[in-house]
Amino acid sequence: MYTIKIKINDIPVEVEAGTTILRAAEKIGIKIPTLCHLNLHDFKVDHTPASCRVCQVELKGKGLITSCATSVYEGMEVFTNTQKALRARRVVLEMILSDHPKDCLVCDKSGNCELQSLGEQLHLRNVRFKGRMSKHPLDFSSQSIARDMSKCIMCRRCETMCNTVQTVGVLSNTGRGFDAVVDTPMHRPLQDTKCTFCGQCAAVCPTGALMGIEHMADVWRVLNDKNKFVVVQTAPATRVAIGEMFGMEPGTIATGQMISGLRRLGFDRVFDTSFGADLTVMEETKEFIDRLNNGGRLPILTSCCPSWVKFFEHQFPDLLDIPSSCKSPQQMFGAIVKTFYAKKIGINPKDIVVVSIMPCLAKKYEAARDEHQIENMHEVDYSISTRELGFMFEEACIDLTHLPKEKYDNPLGESTGAGVIFGSSGGVLEATLRNAAEILDKKPLQNVDFHEVRGLDGFKETEVEINGIKIKAGISCGLGNARKLLEKIRKKEADYHIIEIMACPGGCIGGGGQPFHHGNTEILQKRSEALYRIDKKSKKRVSSNNEAIKALYDEFLDNPGSSKAHQLLHTIYRKRNKE
Amino acid sequence: MCNNCNFNNLKYDSLESYISTLVSNSSSTTERQASLLPVLYKAQEIFGFLPEEIQEFIAAKLNIHLSEIYGVVTFYSYFTMKPQGKYRISVCTGTACYIKGAEKVLKRLSNELGIDEGEVTKGLTYSLDTLRCVGACGLAPVVMVNDKVYGNVTEDMVPRILKDCKEGKNE
Ligand code: SF4
Ligand code: SF4
Ligand code: FES
Ligand code: FES
Repeated sequence: MYTIKIKINDIPVEVEAGTTILRAAEKIGIKIPTLCHLNLHDFKVDHTPASCRVCQVELKGKGLITSCATSVYEGMEVFTNTQKALRARRVVLEMILSDHPKDCLVCDKSGNCELQSLGEQLHLRNVRFKGRMSKHPLDFSSQSIARDMSKCIMCRRCETMCNTVQTVGVLSNTGRGFDAVVDTPMHRPLQDTKCTFCGQCAAVCPTGALMGIEHMADVWRVLNDKNKFVVVQTAPATRVAIGEMFGMEPGTIATGQMISGLRRLGFDRVFDTSFGADLTVMEETKEFIDRLNNGGRLPILTSCCPSWVKFFEHQFPDLLDIPSSCKSPQQMFGAIVKTFYAKKIGINPKDIVVVSIMPCLAKKYEAARDEHQIENMHEVDYSISTRELGFMFEEACIDLTHLPKEKYDNPLGESTGAGVIFGSSGGVLEATLRNAAEILDKKPLQNVDFHEVRGLDGFKETEVEINGIKIKAGISCGLGNARKLLEKIRKKEADYHIIEIMACPGGCIGGGGQPFHHGNTEILQKRSEALYRIDKKSKKRVSSNNEAIKALYDEFLDNPGSSKAHQLLHTIYRKRNKE
Repeated sequence: MCNNCNFNNLKYDSLESYISTLVSNSSSTTERQASLLPVLYKAQEIFGFLPEEIQEFIAAKLNIHLSEIYGVVTFYSYFTMKPQGKYRISVCTGTACYIKGAEKVLKRLSNELGIDEGEVTKGLTYSLDTLRCVGACGLAPVVMVNDKVYGNVTEDMVPRILKDCKEGKNE
């Protein structure tokens, strides 16, 4: 790789060939505004439609060019803040805003909207152009994703996420000219499509066009209902992200503050989804070993990600028998609360409300699936995202940074490090391998760290020898990577024993319900590292050592894989329409 | 084959055999995507329009997401998702035709036929649409009936154009 010398605003810069003007300018502290452009370097996503033109700069002798899409060349001279460039950006922004509902005060995205920040950055005080306004019906059909296309600026980032990264293929540019809009096939409500509700489109949408469906009002209602006993569970990935909404550094572990915040909101019990994760490990390990020993279908695929589950139900209906039949930690947790725990504390399960705090928008859909009910009760009543919890704290005047660190309630708040790393890609597999190794080798593990399965890479693999058997394990995150693996399995070209799949790049830490990363994937890296730090510090790092789990089996479930466990903790999958 | 289809299998068969001349199981994604336009063109020629079920059929055969196909169908004004009349009347509303009075011609046609732009008469005899420049600006305003071109059209020529249809001159 050779370097190139250019000048930006008369300042010499030397960068690698192929660098864009945008990146070169960053090196000398010039942050040119962008809008349509999205570069998720760690996931090999470079979305550069160069359609919005807000990143224009002046190239000596040439005039205006887009800095996001133009690579440097030797001797190039660029000016980023000439009057011509500034005016061009302003005019472009005014044109975009001339067809944008300017209702920021009551918009979900307010405070996180890239269009809004752009207005701030350019100090726009007036929109001179008046013209026709696009009108599109709202789509609130699903449990997970809200669509308000009148706020769409046609950057088409969502299409890149849905079609290229996830290969789900629900969103497409339709129509032309002024009427062009990102839409579902045949303009169907999202609920009636093969959308997996991964929320990756909403995670990158710069405006309020794609958002999560909110369930905060339901949670406020039950918290204020004297007749309800409200139990909350917090997913592993939420504790290392929620702090960002209160100005903490990415990667801050805010478990203790989050717990005390939840108590102040009025939850009767604050429990941990990582307990559910440990339980999932117990059941899944049992299923894995059974298949391994009895010539069952291999590889076994993990099934804790609802978005991934919906993906294979639509797109690989011929492989419905390979995923593990285990429910996800969220659902296992809910099922245990409404049976075992309700009985233990002597409260009618009909008066118990289970709320989950999830990094995910698909968890809302998962909680509402028909399969996840016990005697006509939903195992989980409401699932809200990390962002929604942050909003609830804000509304209740709770500043997380000033809260004491408290601990989870017992017994469903007890977890091991293995249950916590579920939040990062590779974590479920690592947790399962730890458990399988202990069971098969019949002795405690010497080394519980499986470093090669960690990190944000879309595909990772490892081979471990357990009790004389070589176990080949694969991990993929991002549904596009999952598709490649599934196609190999379908063609019988894959010889894995066990595979973990998460729909979101990086795993749950990068879920669609997390605080926005605005394209900075370093934040995800830090969240992931924080989870492994928690694991490292945990006294117990293998799920079967969780005392509360042991007690649960002793008092209630018998053994992993028992008929009681099957009835409560396992599920079935169904074939869904190809489109 | 499609379970709830409204078309006879012969039409599907002929579309399928056309598709098999363009792509096979071993075709790359690029090849399959490149074949989409000709396939849609052929499908509209065979069925007259491209409703949901035909787009789904093509999606399955070409292994392309339905969303992508729908995007293409709604992008090109040539493709239509509604059934067309036996006589497809299209008024050019490109710049030249527009300036020379295409709007008036359109209005008159709409009055005579009792339908709006984008609609079709009962019994599927006439359908009325607008087109962007058809490249015959010298003849503006231009009206096309199926493949026949009428140039320098005035409002008053509308009854004659419809009469030509009735007399079978436009088939
Ligand atoms: S919905 Fe959002 S991400 Fe998609 S094109 Fe519109 S503004 Fe961009
Ligand atoms: S939620 Fe995921 S699958 Fe659904 S439209 Fe968005 S990116 Fe596509
Ligand atoms: S950010 Fe460069 S054109 Fe949109
Ligand atoms: S504008 Fe009608 S033919 Fe060109």
